[in-house]
Amino acid sequence: MDCREIFDRLSEYIDRELDPSLCEEIEHHIKDCEPCVAFINTLKKTVELFNKELPSNDIPKPVSANLHEFLKKELGS
Amino acid sequence: MARTKDPDKEASRQEDLLLLDKIKGGDFHAFDRIVKKYEARIYSHCLKFFRDQEDAEDVLQEAFLQAYRALDSFRGESAFSTWLFKIATNGCLMKLRKKKKVNFVSIDKPLEFDGGKIQREIVDWSQNPSLLHGNDELKRALDRIIGALPEDKRVVLTLKDIEGFSNIEIGHILDMSVAAVKSRLHRARLVVRDELTSYFEGALKTAKTESDR
Repeated sequence: MDCREIFDRLSEYIDRELDPSLCEEIEHHIKDCEPCVAFINTLKKTVELFNKELPSNDIPKPVSANLHEFLKKELGS
Repeated sequence: MARTKDPDKEASRQEDLLLLDKIKGGDFHAFDRIVKKYEARIYSHCLKFFRDQEDAEDVLQEAFLQAYRALDSFRGESAFSTWLFKIATNGCLMKLRKKKKVNFVSIDKPLEFDGGKIQREIVDWSQNPSLLHGNDELKRALDRIIGALPEDKRVVLTLKDIEGFSNIEIGHILDMSVAAVKSRLHRARLVVRDELTSYFEGALKTAKTESDR
């Protein structure tokens, strides 16, 4: 596998969705390929950052209050 | 009915099914509980599509209303959360298309290859110390980057890497094959990785200029 072929499968690789044989091929290639290692590290970190920083369990109180009021009004309860 | 291997997800799913039974029996209080359970996630999801918070609030309200009215059509083939996100996502996409004035600038910059080898040097910023602590500036940068993605990529990235849905669930939400989900997700991640690289390069230059003074 060359860099281009690996590049196309990297999301599946970091999500652990690839066949073990393909994983082995990638791991064999990256032993001697610094650009691929840097690319994989930064792609992994990108996914981690979105996963860690952006999920939100906050809703502004007025938005929540408006929602409940809207539903009560629309559904007549 | 599909089952999930994650015990928390499974417990949540069972809780939803109990609430849904009560709602179908006319218990509005149970509906209120399910709204409270999902309102923040749905609102946050909608905010990824609009710069205007009012638009996100409109879709949020319509999504729950539509879910309530269509509850009889929910057959439990997917989790309730997947079904609800499908309604909300469709609402977001429809509203975006209606507005039409929203023109996000595509930031797609494909990596170049020379034969099979990556052509340029890749900066490994994954160990950058500023990543060790969550900070507001980074969060704003992530929001800006995701907001600049074309909507087809943004929706998949949001559902997978922020909301944590599986590829199968995303396929269900967007009526796409798993292969198409994977392909679109990968393209979206490549774009945001590239943008984050520019962000960290800029942050490093600023830090260096300040330390040279």
